[in-house]
Amino acid sequence: MTASAMPAEQGTEPVLSLRGISKTFGAVAALTDVDLDVGPGQVVALVGDNGAGKSTLVKVLAGVHTADSGTITFEGREATIVSPHDAQALGIATVYQDLALCENLNVVENLFLGHELNKKRLDEVAMETRSWELLRELSAKIPTVRIPVASLSGGQRQTVAIARSLLGDPTLIILDEPTAALGVAQTAEVLNLIERLRERGHGVIMVSHNMADVQAVADVVCVLRLGRNNGVFNVDEISSEEIVAAITGASDNVVSQRARRRAGATPATPQEG
Amino acid sequence: MSQLETPAPVAHDRDDERLVGSHGLRGAVRGTVDRVRAGELGAVPVILGLVVICVVFQALNSLFLSSENLSNLLLESVPTGVIALGIVCVLLLGEIDLSVGSVSGVAGAILCVLFVNKGVPGVLAIVLALLVGVGAGALYSVIFNRLGVPSFVISLAGLLAFLGLQLALLGSQGAINLPFDSTLVKFAQLDFVPQAVALVIVLLIAGGLFATGFYNAQARHKAQLSGASNQLLLARSIAVLVIGLVAVFYLYSGGGRGIGWMFVFFLVLVMVMHYVFTRTGFGRSMFAVGGNEEAARRAGINVHRVYAAAFILCSTFAALGGVLASARLAAVNQQSGGADVNLNAIAAAVIGGTSLFGGRGSAISALLGILVIQAISNGLTLLNLNSSYRFMITGGVLLLAVAVDSVARRSRASSGRA
Repeated sequence: MTASAMPAEQGTEPVLSLRGISKTFGAVAALTDVDLDVGPGQVVALVGDNGAGKSTLVKVLAGVHTADSGTITFEGREATIVSPHDAQALGIATVYQDLALCENLNVVENLFLGHELNKKRLDEVAMETRSWELLRELSAKIPTVRIPVASLSGGQRQTVAIARSLLGDPTLIILDEPTAALGVAQTAEVLNLIERLRERGHGVIMVSHNMADVQAVADVVCVLRLGRNNGVFNVDEISSEEIVAAITGASDNVVSQRARRRAGATPATPQEG
Repeated sequence: MSQLETPAPVAHDRDDERLVGSHGLRGAVRGTVDRVRAGELGAVPVILGLVVICVVFQALNSLFLSSENLSNLLLESVPTGVIALGIVCVLLLGEIDLSVGSVSGVAGAILCVLFVNKGVPGVLAIVLALLVGVGAGALYSVIFNRLGVPSFVISLAGLLAFLGLQLALLGSQGAINLPFDSTLVKFAQLDFVPQAVALVIVLLIAGGLFATGFYNAQARHKAQLSGASNQLLLARSIAVLVIGLVAVFYLYSGGGRGIGWMFVFFLVLVMVMHYVFTRTGFGRSMFAVGGNEEAARRAGINVHRVYAAAFILCSTFAALGGVLASARLAAVNQQSGGADVNLNAIAAAVIGGTSLFGGRGSAISALLGILVIQAISNGLTLLNLNSSYRFMITGGVLLLAVAVDSVARRSRASSGRA
């Protein structure tokens, strides 16, 4: 087990670096002294068990919650994020796990919500054209963009949510379990997309429970456990078992026991988290 | 809305093989039928309701559809219609304002006190009366946004408080008359659009409808998106033209005084609000907040500001409605804005098709809804039935409208349009 804290060495100056972020809800310390670095063109997988503080950290970065203490440095400057608007203004786009779409609005309206083109006389044609471009880029299987989001499937909604985060050309994109509700082909598409984001130089934070996805696209794995850092690893130098060990806090854990019981001795990639 | 004239290059938004084709006029009709089946009723139930009401009352009293009565009905519907327009703003957010009646009464009282008793110039008196509406909405929105008190309770408190203010303003005399020769009273009672002008207005509306439709369709075709076909646009404009011309000729024939300027003013307000709701970023953010407040907040919309704007718009429209009501009556008294004004305005918005649950509705619903309410009230008055029946029947119609909305919601849910 190589749980030595290893900061992101890749790239030059990190896009985002967090130092000592803490957040409590009443008597519960959701985050305690969390550090995190994301470089340009780097995909950081944020992993941890349920209740490890992943979603809280994401919400702090997105401006939904405000950190109680700690510093956020964005593109070399110290930043304060107290509202979703602040986060967007900095260039942080977030795709939430509980999809933040308005069901009564159609796809185009949702994509451009809050950033409509020409707010005094909405430019529907330009917005629809741009929507089709984006959806094509993501190979989205959405038959028409003029139906309410309520009539789309979970995967289609996830695609809309991801497409929306790309509209503002953000520096850092946070994906909260981007593949949780997706089919096989759409998962692959999203992973391709994440790689494309990296090529374009975006920093990406991906929250995931799926070790296969993490191994497939992440550069760095940052493990949270009970609201604290529990190791930062280069993904090339760590196996799925070691990540799981860091997540659960022991090398002898439920997942490894199962793997041993199966006795197959194949270097197991755990199926589900 | 999605027709394609030339099938050759497939538009970006029509190339998915799962899309059932809808071409030309027939496709448009079939599309509409499908939408209604799926629960996107739009204005269909209200218009059907209006037709039924007209047939019933005409059968009971042949004066109902006389041009004279219809001219009067249109004018009579304006003050509450304006208030209903404000109600649509708050209903879109899933909120409610129960104090619109009282606010309208206070605005009328302030207008009359300033204009008649204090000799303040008319325009200034109107502006000050409207400012009371702005103030009421601003106060509600501060309480709503800062303290999180439900709008139902805030406006219930406002209902009582503003009723008290109205009584205090009117003092012991209890009523103030507006002079009949004032411009405001003439505007509300006597100023009718000359027939020629009314015809020109109808032509302009039909022409404008075609021009904007054509312009939009061209822009969409240029961007390789499907747009409405010229056939469809032409058919729609001709329908509007024919209906408009028939209405104008009828209203100006046989003793009818035609269309009042105040009604035209109301139509303009409805069109402006329709534009705001459907074509501006602000309107879109209202629908977003009404549909999913958290999603709107995360999208960077200043939700508090949207609430504030809606409450202020609602109270200001209520004050404007109060000013028009006192002009229409040429007086303000202790009953102004009381009794059924509140409920009629809310009922009008809901009957017209604005959902009580937020996120669905239109400015047109205020117009259609108030026509239903006013037609019922007018028809019953012609039958010499007193207000007890009017209340009962209006209550029944309101229940029916909400029931239709609920059934439509269910069928929307089952056909995935939620």
